[in-house]
Amino acid sequence: MIHSLFLINASGDIFLEKHWKSVVSRSVCDYFFEALERATEPENVPPVIPTPHHYLINVLRHRIYFVAVIQSEVPPLFVIEFLHRVVDTFQDYFGVCTEAAIKDNVVVVYELLEEMLDNGFPLATESNILKELIKPPTILRTVVNTITGSTNVGEQLPTGQLSVVPWRRTGVKYTNNEAYFDVVEEIDAIIDKSGSTITAEIQGVIDACVKLTGMPDLTLSFMNPRLLDDVSFHPCVRFKRWEAERILSFIPPDGNFRLLSYHVSSQKIKKKKNVFESFLCSSSLHLFDKNTLHINDSIIQFLQLLSWDVGKINPQKLPSLKGSMSLQTGASKPDENPTINIQFKIQQLAISGLKVNRLDMYGEKYKPFKGIKYMTKAGKFQVRT
Amino acid sequence: MLGMSANSVSYNEQGSVESGVDAAQENSSIPASISGGGAAFSLFSADCKKNEDLKEMLESNKESLKLEAMKRIVGLIAKGKNAYELFPAVVKNVASKNIELKKLVYVYLVRYAEEQQDLALLSISTFQRALKDPNQLIRASALRVLSSIRVPIIVPIMMLAIKEAATDLSPYVRKTAAHAIQKLYSLDPDQKEHLIEVIEKLLKDKSTLVAGSVVMAFEEVCPDRIDLIHKNYRKLCNLLVDVEEWGQVVIIHMLTRYARTQFVSPWREDAVFDENSEKTFYDSEGRRVDQSKPYIMDPDHRLLLRNTKPLLQSRNTAVVMAVSQLYWHLAPKHELSIITKSLVRLLRSHREVQYIVLQNIATMSIQRKGMFEPFMKSFYVRSTDATHIKTLKLEILTNLANEANISTILRELQTYVKSQDKAFAAATIQAIGRCATNISEVTDTCLNGLVLLLSNRDETVVAESVVVIKKLLQTQPSQHSDIIKHMAKLFDSITVPMARASILWLMGEYCEHVPKNAPDVLRKMAKTFISEEDIVKLQTVNLAAKLYLSNSKQTKLLTQYILNLGKYDQNYDIRDRTRFIRQLIVPNEKSGALSRYARRILMAPKPAPVLQSAFKDRDRFQLGTLSHTLNSQSNGYLELSDWPAVAPDQSVRIVEVVKEAGAPLLGKSKPGKSAEKFYSDSEEEEEEEGSSSEDSSSSSSEESESESESEENSDDSNKSSSSESDSEKKKKTLKNKKLQQQKPDSKDRYWSHSKALLLFIMTKFFSIHIVLAFSNQFVANCRCSLLCLCVFLACQFDAVSWHVRVSLQASFPVFVPETSHELLHRMTGKGLSAQYRFTRQPCIYGNSMVSLQLTLSNSSDQALENIHISEKSSTGQNIHRFNAIERLEPQASVTVSMGVDFNDSTQAANFQLCTKEDELSVVSIQPAVGELLLPITMTEADFTKEQGKLLGMNESSATITMTPENISSQSVNRKVVSVANLGVIPSRILLSVSL
Repeated sequence: MIHSLFLINASGDIFLEKHWKSVVSRSVCDYFFEALERATEPENVPPVIPTPHHYLINVLRHRIYFVAVIQSEVPPLFVIEFLHRVVDTFQDYFGVCTEAAIKDNVVVVYELLEEMLDNGFPLATESNILKELIKPPTILRTVVNTITGSTNVGEQLPTGQLSVVPWRRTGVKYTNNEAYFDVVEEIDAIIDKSGSTITAEIQGVIDACVKLTGMPDLTLSFMNPRLLDDVSFHPCVRFKRWEAERILSFIPPDGNFRLLSYHVSSQKIKKKKNVFESFLCSSSLHLFDKNTLHINDSIIQFLQLLSWDVGKINPQKLPSLKGSMSLQTGASKPDENPTINIQFKIQQLAISGLKVNRLDMYGEKYKPFKGIKYMTKAGKFQVRT
Repeated sequence: MLGMSANSVSYNEQGSVESGVDAAQENSSIPASISGGGAAFSLFSADCKKNEDLKEMLESNKESLKLEAMKRIVGLIAKGKNAYELFPAVVKNVASKNIELKKLVYVYLVRYAEEQQDLALLSISTFQRALKDPNQLIRASALRVLSSIRVPIIVPIMMLAIKEAATDLSPYVRKTAAHAIQKLYSLDPDQKEHLIEVIEKLLKDKSTLVAGSVVMAFEEVCPDRIDLIHKNYRKLCNLLVDVEEWGQVVIIHMLTRYARTQFVSPWREDAVFDENSEKTFYDSEGRRVDQSKPYIMDPDHRLLLRNTKPLLQSRNTAVVMAVSQLYWHLAPKHELSIITKSLVRLLRSHREVQYIVLQNIATMSIQRKGMFEPFMKSFYVRSTDATHIKTLKLEILTNLANEANISTILRELQTYVKSQDKAFAAATIQAIGRCATNISEVTDTCLNGLVLLLSNRDETVVAESVVVIKKLLQTQPSQHSDIIKHMAKLFDSITVPMARASILWLMGEYCEHVPKNAPDVLRKMAKTFISEEDIVKLQTVNLAAKLYLSNSKQTKLLTQYILNLGKYDQNYDIRDRTRFIRQLIVPNEKSGALSRYARRILMAPKPAPVLQSAFKDRDRFQLGTLSHTLNSQSNGYLELSDWPAVAPDQSVRIVEVVKEAGAPLLGKSKPGKSAEKFYSDSEEEEEEEGSSSEDSSSSSSEESESESESEENSDDSNKSSSSESDSEKKKKTLKNKKLQQQKPDSKDRYWSHSKALLLFIMTKFFSIHIVLAFSNQFVANCRCSLLCLCVFLACQFDAVSWHVRVSLQASFPVFVPETSHELLHRMTGKGLSAQYRFTRQPCIYGNSMVSLQLTLSNSSDQALENIHISEKSSTGQNIHRFNAIERLEPQASVTVSMGVDFNDSTQAANFQLCTKEDELSVVSIQPAVGELLLPITMTEADFTKEQGKLLGMNESSATITMTPENISSQSVNRKVVSVANLGVIPSRILLSVSL
């Protein structure tokens, strides 16, 4: 399926290549560079590029293009999803996924890629299994390794791959047993210039950090599960149980993982309109009211972006920004009505009103420490002017 | 390269000595031989120098140095630098004890083996040895690397290793073998036949680990051998949910193709889609061929749809897309809507995912607007979207436009026109044009809007508007001469060639509507002709010709002038066109009949262009494929076949019973397998199956095929069994007469004379069989159909036969009746009413007990206190009472569970319900035979065997009275089933339904 992988940085250098079948010359990337030149923005490179003998499927993340070389028919999403999984794994291992981080850890990267694909077909993509095979580099371990000459590669062979719960390894031990859940909701909205909402929806995720000994079996129930319109689960969640009882029942992977992502449709948001609108009125919308924001000659040419960090908003005293800008001579007059993107965060509130009812643990004897946090963020929140 | 080959020869010799020996010890002898090839290496002096120290490090005795060297070499490989001259030094470390070192050597080996084939052979023996390792992971890893070495010489070794690994006990090794098949096939396609054999074997594998990989191998090696799938189809469907996500994608795509060749189309206008009608389908092929009958979905087809549905909730976008395309290509149209939400959800994912999903939605939305219309707002463009995303969203919005939502969409499109992204603004104008042509109500509004845009300060917007207006006007030119005039006036200010050309064409085409402006425009064009773009010049020539024909008085000279200019143009297209036009319109002696028709040729009414989606023809490709994305067939694309007109033989998917029973016969080795284990087994199974009674249909459909085969075996017509399935629902209460002991001779009589039908049941303590007596005349009708009614219970205390019986698989109840029976009426209970229901679940209070669910409700106006069962039991049954209910509020009800040991008789259990105040009347529960049974799966052979062991004590019989006029197989079936309160599982593998 996936023949080769090239990593290309923003300036167009190939800084890593990996082949799973016979070697494909890196000149195949020339077609990609052509497409890159044609695109006005880095994001505008088409994800699938046909060449005479190969197909290039690329994803752009952290300013790095991950270009996979394909030789024959394969669902493009299969490749795209896999490439994103690769990036996620790198991020998981190195904290960041930058060119520098990859170059510094090139051996680990190679070992990972080797384990993730066999003959171009995904083999082990589950972070828990990979971590058993190849230990993530930490400063301490690097020091120890240089002194003792021990290795990053796990001495033990992975067991997870063989078990019925491939996402969890056996023999996990913690002194403090804890399970934390973060409910993070993002509001996607388009607001028109009169302040009315054109479209709004809530996308939420529950990210978990579970550090529990043994093989715990958890159930998580909600006060109002009907709120969730559409959900997708981590493979560990028992789907039938959700269907029947609207309860999340699962044996969690070890460490950080995304348990659930959900969608709350706009119809349901309308019920919440009060919270929603009062919030908007008190903060963002007024900020960007046309009267307050004078963009005299508009947005600066070389940056093409005006960003304003408002800080904490005091409902009594609304912040405002005024000013005039001068254009470079000869520059064309920019757009009169730019779109404004808004970012904000509200702690301790899930805007949809979703509430976790309780978390129970079965299968183990100890009492775990449980915690839950709510947060609401702006997702793709745009105001048209 | 002479040096190189000499070099490799010398290694070869050395290799034969060395292989298998710990490489580190032999290090000292290497440098001498390397110096022989030194001349060749010096060609790459720069690389070589750096690599020289690496070589030294590799040859040192220290593990850490070797590891360091390997890490640097991997770094070189990653950068794409050449490191192949280090091959001999590296390959010696293949047997290293250090795992990381070994892995890095593998990486190197796989990368360079193709270029250094002879040297690569040195490592083979190491892998061969590892293939025999007791640790499955080492075996797997050895096979993995061995098969990755692309050296044709070792093909036989690989073949052997694959064959061996395919029968390995470890599923992980078998999975690796499946991967190796593809590698070997790409190395040597001649091995195809042998590989297909291995694939066939692996396809039968029941492990979820293997399924995805072997299907991948199947797709790569022999995608046309659909016959290999038949027997594994149901297994694959059932395993699907538990297969890892990447395997799911591959299997779903394969099954989509498979289903299109094996099932008839569900897309029939008159089709009756009814989940329940599945059952009626069991009849026969004969009926299905008959097209006049309503469409009934093949249960296997339904099985696929049902088992893929939960995967729409997967976090893996590729899986969701795969299921969506499966539904698109296989599901009845009215079931399609369930994929919409999931697809829209994917739009929140990464940019690249959005791109692919939007493309697929675009294709879908052309054919089925309704699917996505409720989610229209999800396709609104955001300023941060990439251009190709924006264009796709626009495409979808245009596809979704209809009379009802067009005003909303147009308002949205208006804001897009103002976008800074000019390419996008231009695309928006085209979209408006398409909306205008598709929905006649808004044509005028759109046209006016577009005319307004003509005064936009951006040139591309204006140009695009002109082009779109031109297309729109073509549909109704006469009403819009003022717009054409307006455009003529704008002509001077428009500079984009395409727009100018469009205006010129409009002028020419409708010169009769604008008789004054057209010659004037031509005059202006004559002035600037030389400096115009080619496309404008061509249209100028056209305009001149049309004006010459319609208004030759005013334009004759101008036309001549322009034709002269065109005659000497640099572009040959324009010269050609000029020559052609001149011959056509200017009459002279040479011109033949053609010029007489010039007017009719040039001024012929032209059909308006159809503005249609670029995704119109994409549905020829399977959705979700690379070919669909590129809109051109890619290598290895497998065409989705059309539905067959008549379904191919469906019995091919029947799996032999013995195989289906699946579970290894552990019973024989563990004769003492306890009853508890038995139950917990069935419990587990139930949980997997979701413990929902809805599943009954799934399992019954699984079995359906086998049933039809058993029908074939029987000598009778098929009709009887069809009606039988209905009988499950309709239960008539019949007087159930229990005959515990029957005289042997009377039994014989039933057997021989009446050819009675037997319903064999082994209960927990002994087996019961119900003998049903019928009069002779209709026995023939019934016999075959009632074969299917046989039901089994394992006898757990029967010490003699128990060890055989544990080999039977306990199953989950296929059907749990929802009906409850009244236990206590509220009148007799002084306000307290009670109902009971058999839950058909294993009883938690004891293995021999039947679990019951009791619903108590208080219909009086006072609270009832301390409701309990009296200690006194009037019959001998052992009853596990529920805990006393302290207080039951008026109009409240409570559900409790209790266990009753009926001692395997259908005798009623009597007990007394009490409240604080009263001792209420004695109530009784009489179970139907079916409620006492334990569900068991067994083969027909076992059935016959067990049947032979049954004693008279195990017999339970009931007499059914039938009136002669309604004697039909159907009614008999119904009665038999209702007597026993059993359901019919049409299969040779028989499942009974209760504990």
